[in-house]
Amino acid sequence: MTPLQIVFLIVTVATLISAVMVVSARRMLHAALWLILSLLGIAVLFVTLETSFFAIVQVMVYVGAIAILIVFAVMLTRRDIQDRDKVTNRGAWAAALAALGVAGGLVGALTGWQAFASIRPELAADSAAEGTRIAQLGMALVSPDAYAIPFEVASVLLIGALIGAIYVAGERK
Amino acid sequence: MPNFWSDPVGFLIQWLTNLLTGLGLSPELVKFLLAFLGAALLPLMAMLFVVFLIWYERKLYARMQDRFGPNRLGPWGIFQTFADMGKIFTKEIITPAGVDLIPFNLAPILAVGAVLLVWAVMPLAPRIVGVDLSVGLIFVIAAGGFGELAIMLAGWGSNNKYALLGGFRAVALLLSYEVPMVIAMLIPAMLAGSLNLVEIVASQDVPYLLLAPVAALIFFITQVAESGRAPFDLVEAESELVAGYNTEYSGLKFGMFYVAEFLHAFTSSMLFVTLFLGGYRGPFANEFPLLGLVYLMVKTFIVYFVTILFRGALPRFRIDQMLDLNWKVLTPLILAMVFVTALVDKIVVQAGGPLLVRTIVLFVVNMLIFWFSSKLLQRNVRPPRRKVSVQRPLATANVTPSASQGQDNLSA
Amino acid sequence: MIPLSWYLIFAALLFAVGLYGVMARRNSVGILMGIELMLNAVNVNLIAFWRYLYPDRLDGQVFVAVVLVAAAAEAVVGLALIISAYRRHKTVVADEMTLLKG
Repeated sequence: MTPLQIVFLIVTVATLISAVMVVSARRMLHAALWLILSLLGIAVLFVTLETSFFAIVQVMVYVGAIAILIVFAVMLTRRDIQDRDKVTNRGAWAAALAALGVAGGLVGALTGWQAFASIRPELAADSAAEGTRIAQLGMALVSPDAYAIPFEVASVLLIGALIGAIYVAGERK
Repeated sequence: MPNFWSDPVGFLIQWLTNLLTGLGLSPELVKFLLAFLGAALLPLMAMLFVVFLIWYERKLYARMQDRFGPNRLGPWGIFQTFADMGKIFTKEIITPAGVDLIPFNLAPILAVGAVLLVWAVMPLAPRIVGVDLSVGLIFVIAAGGFGELAIMLAGWGSNNKYALLGGFRAVALLLSYEVPMVIAMLIPAMLAGSLNLVEIVASQDVPYLLLAPVAALIFFITQVAESGRAPFDLVEAESELVAGYNTEYSGLKFGMFYVAEFLHAFTSSMLFVTLFLGGYRGPFANEFPLLGLVYLMVKTFIVYFVTILFRGALPRFRIDQMLDLNWKVLTPLILAMVFVTALVDKIVVQAGGPLLVRTIVLFVVNMLIFWFSSKLLQRNVRPPRRKVSVQRPLATANVTPSASQGQDNLSA
Repeated sequence: MIPLSWYLIFAALLFAVGLYGVMARRNSVGILMGIELMLNAVNVNLIAFWRYLYPDRLDGQVFVAVVLVAAAAEAVVGLALIISAYRRHKTVVADEMTLLKG
């Protein structure tokens, strides 16, 4: 067990436990805090995958913006500070069964793949250092014969979301 | 064995490794211990430095207001901060009834932690940097997000509607000012061609203050706003909303918010120096890294001095004025600057101009845009008052005798 | 080092937890948190596959960037809708919004 594997196991278990607490916490703010913890855990996993750019973008976008937005929404939509309602609805048992089925099905399908346990990263194949990889990503996102169109479509999506959110959540006077 | 003066960190690591393996510890454990020691030492130095910073700020702020500042404890009041620390340590920590304990206790930790994280990637001297992260610039932005989270949790966890409102306003302000701050940080990254802070400092043969003065100005303004300092200190001003999001905190928890605020101002001054003023660069900095550290501190204190001048000289903004300033002035200006800087820089570099030409062209273009935008903004400034009456004749002391004789004010 | 299978199993489990959150939670913001967990599991999957199988191509990275952007956009719009619905119905519990019920 190399130290990297130990770190991976610890982070994975912590993230899964935080995710389970997200979906079962009674108070919404605690659920939001557990969500932040699981997002941070996923950022650490990105670091173990040696993509530090996406790790930091994950922290910046998810924790720094989306999680704060979720915390805002939790604070603006509470009826009672104690959150005494039930956590789950009537179909919770069926949902648990379905989730277990999906997990089992996915893991079963994955283990049925021949090359499953044998793919490990070969670090010698890491041809480009991180800095040049980011530069290549930047060039690819704006060059017309690479990925400029998805980039522009994503920016249009963001503008649509921005205008839509302002309109929907704005006060009507 | 590296020389101490030319490579202090290497020297210390070598010396400590020899010492510890001489005591019989295995090399991996020694490496782990040294890494742990380095990681613990940097925030410790930062926190101890705050003691000096608080004294410096209080004296300077007081002098701007024509008073002395702390001058009772020790010569020039240098022990005042220790007395304040003693007071804060011994205050009773009151936890109000009905608070949610997890956000309430987590908020001060996150507030200080968010600021200390930035010190990890800051290049302190030519070969002294905590972590040489290839994406150091956006790491700084990500660490700022934790500070906003801390304020939200503080406002919510206090079980106090005024603290909650203060927290909302503070986070709205911080999130709004993050937009021009991030874009202004991109301009040095564009000019240097990398997100690595060490490389940004290394490529500043001409400080980026000359290549992108408007971006530097906007970055400075947004950093003052992000630190919650005057003139943007609406969120925790004494006359507003009790005390904002840290109303219900007492004792050491309040002390942590206080420390976080001062350290944030200093850290953002250091970031400004790293991005725009050349960081540790100076004569002979490469041969003697400690001299680079001295240069960095001197430059940071100059910028910190300007920050305190801002605080002492400018009145507070209202929240709507602050948001207007951000969305109507700073964001369009910085977006225009990004376009123009990218375009002009690319053209000049492609044409193969030397550094001097690049500097002059970028500087002139920046000044043109600045002049143009100030002309546009002057339409919104309140015009001077029009004269509505003729100037009345002044009353003089000499009374002509013919006018006052036989004249009775009460005559019908 | 770490085999690819570990990342894939982790992503599958995280996806299942998110799915349970979406289907079983009463609070709408809780449902949205489940959706965010599912999107993060997808991101982990994409990056793991890209990094292990095709590390010198750029498709995986662009895919992940677009998924990140789409997740941010739908979180924003979803929360705006939830806040607007709260203003009208004074509730965020998904079971209690029954205006369109037949």
